[in-house]
Amino acid sequence: MSSILKTNALESEAIYIFREVISQFDKPVLLFSGGKDSITLVRLAQKAFFPAKIPFPLLHVDTGHNFPETIEFRDRLVKELGLELIVRHVQDAIDEGKVVEESGKYSSRNSLQTTTLLDAIAEFKFDACIGGARRDEEKARAKERIFSVRDDFGQWDEKNQRPELFDLLNGKIENGQNVRVFPISNWTELDVWSYIEQEQIEIPSIYFSHKRKVFIRDGMIWSHSPFVYQDEDEVVEERIVRFRTVGDMSCTAAVDSYAATISEVVGEIRLSTISERGARIDDKRSEAAMEKRKQQGYF
Amino acid sequence: MEVLKIATAGSVDDGKSTLIGRLLYDTQSLTTDKLEAIEKSSKQKGYDYLDFSLATDGLVAEREQGITIDVAHIYFSTAKKSYIIADTPGHVEYTRNMVTGASTSQVSIILIDARKGVIEQTYRHFFINNLLRVKDVIVAVNKMDLVDYSEEVYNKIKADFQALNAKSAYKEQNVSYIPLSALTGDNVVESLGEMPWYDGQTILEHLEALEPKDIYDNGQARFPVQTVIRPKTEQYHDFRGYAGKLYGNNIKVGDAVTVLPSLTESKVTNIRFFEEQYEEATAGSSITIELENDINVTRGDMIVKSGELPKVEKDINTTVCWMDSKKLVPGAKYFVQHNTNRVLAKIDSVKNVIATDYSGTKEASQLAINEIGEVNIKLSKAIYFDAYNDNKSNGAFILIDAATNTTAGVGFIK
Repeated sequence: MSSILKTNALESEAIYIFREVISQFDKPVLLFSGGKDSITLVRLAQKAFFPAKIPFPLLHVDTGHNFPETIEFRDRLVKELGLELIVRHVQDAIDEGKVVEESGKYSSRNSLQTTTLLDAIAEFKFDACIGGARRDEEKARAKERIFSVRDDFGQWDEKNQRPELFDLLNGKIENGQNVRVFPISNWTELDVWSYIEQEQIEIPSIYFSHKRKVFIRDGMIWSHSPFVYQDEDEVVEERIVRFRTVGDMSCTAAVDSYAATISEVVGEIRLSTISERGARIDDKRSEAAMEKRKQQGYF
Repeated sequence: MEVLKIATAGSVDDGKSTLIGRLLYDTQSLTTDKLEAIEKSSKQKGYDYLDFSLATDGLVAEREQGITIDVAHIYFSTAKKSYIIADTPGHVEYTRNMVTGASTSQVSIILIDARKGVIEQTYRHFFINNLLRVKDVIVAVNKMDLVDYSEEVYNKIKADFQALNAKSAYKEQNVSYIPLSALTGDNVVESLGEMPWYDGQTILEHLEALEPKDIYDNGQARFPVQTVIRPKTEQYHDFRGYAGKLYGNNIKVGDAVTVLPSLTESKVTNIRFFEEQYEEATAGSSITIELENDINVTRGDMIVKSGELPKVEKDINTTVCWMDSKKLVPGAKYFVQHNTNRVLAKIDSVKNVIATDYSGTKEASQLAINEIGEVNIKLSKAIYFDAYNDNKSNGAFILIDAATNTTAGVGFIK
């Protein structure tokens, strides 16, 4: 038996939030993207309910444009922990004519995920969707609540949010509404990486340096892939890169890096002068890109 | 890493956003792309200096109007600590936002424009920090560059604030004074030597020296049960663990405890955190506790050390800060959420409105949004509580509108 438990304030806060979710909602779900933040959430959920299993399923909204390494990782994690995984495909919404695929140079399925997510929420009647968004990621997210209420249409009313005081979380909602829950709201990118290092959490290989076929556009490193539009004059080259954030192949840019282990990655981030979402092509569309997507129900 | 939560409040004119931007810039917490965005935006607006306020004002409406609304969270870190700033506007119509920001902070920065001195807004910020018992307050006298770094001006403001401090009921509060210029950066992270008459700490030096104790660290151990963990697996067939966050003080294996409200006596046999077991846990830990005998414990119950029982009442005297546009009136029904416990309640009476400028109370029968007043509440079931001044976590509650489900107000039990 060890003696005194040393508390990590951010970890303790996240575990507290998970336990509030299971107590205040009937049908929670964890939104799992295969990225480091949602993988960290899975570890925190394990801690919150141990020795019981994680008492809710994972939901992956699959754009069909994922990095194959992410999907492989996802399936292994789910198997190892004995979790329930629900996958819903953006392709289905396209086939049903609910959404129209973007075309052209900057086309991405990133914003199409919203429809599939809202459909899945309705299909399973989820009342709480737990996500790995952090307030430090993006300025619209800096105002996001820990329990963030969405209406029947999945919309975020940012001017009319419930105040959150002390540790008191109010999860009371009406039928049809749901709540987005962000247990790692107060973590920074560095906090997440330090935690992954400390806990020795396994993450997909694309977070570490590897050789990849890429091309350069607007000063960013894009993956060469059938899912990514490429002009004829955009030349493919091979580079040693890694990813700091993992979304779709069409909206996530790589960074030059030789960081091959978690401690090297942590060292790199400590010295980095570019923010994580600096490599997110979807945020560069306009100054208010994220806020507009969130109002429409984007996660 | 230690985490220190800071509350800031103020209007755009105080240079608060500039101060925060300066803290981020001087601690190398602003990344190149964010800095470029600030440069681009400042240039577009025709400014000849970097407008750091653009780093902190998040929402479209705020950028359009050039004001800060709501509560924004800003993060920066040094080698020693992680800092979280809860930034709120300072006008009277944002009192509720200031209360929200202060509720989770261990330290508060009150900004004063050296040219204007102590004004009504200063009173309000300080009052809220008194009411919520924020342990440390830094009075930042900003824009010293615009008053020729005058020691006399600074001393006058300090004396005015000390007079205000004399009216505070929270005598244990640590109040410190720092003259600075957020625009030039003097005394924010480093001293630039313009004020040789000041030999105290810079803002960052002061923050680095503070102990980031949990804000609930005064008093007796309180363990509100969030959920009961029953794995029902072969290995843990009979396991029954009580999951929650510990407040107030440590708890140890072997401690004699009482479960509330049933008043059942028991003993702590194990403290778990994930796969590890511990002899003792400190306040602020999210843990799972096992008890000696199989007793009926559910969410909303509270485990305390026997002999350290909190008060129990059905009628509570409170100070409420109202946050809803629908007024608080006697007879109205709300849910009181106190720790993990939620009970139906009726507003018995509103006694007064307390002026946030220390000018006293005014008789009233209702509370409008952003007003603070004394309110008597009748609960459908007695709760076990402490006075807020003795044990913050067990003395605070929120009022939830039974019709709209919104968080309509926050209360502090006397």
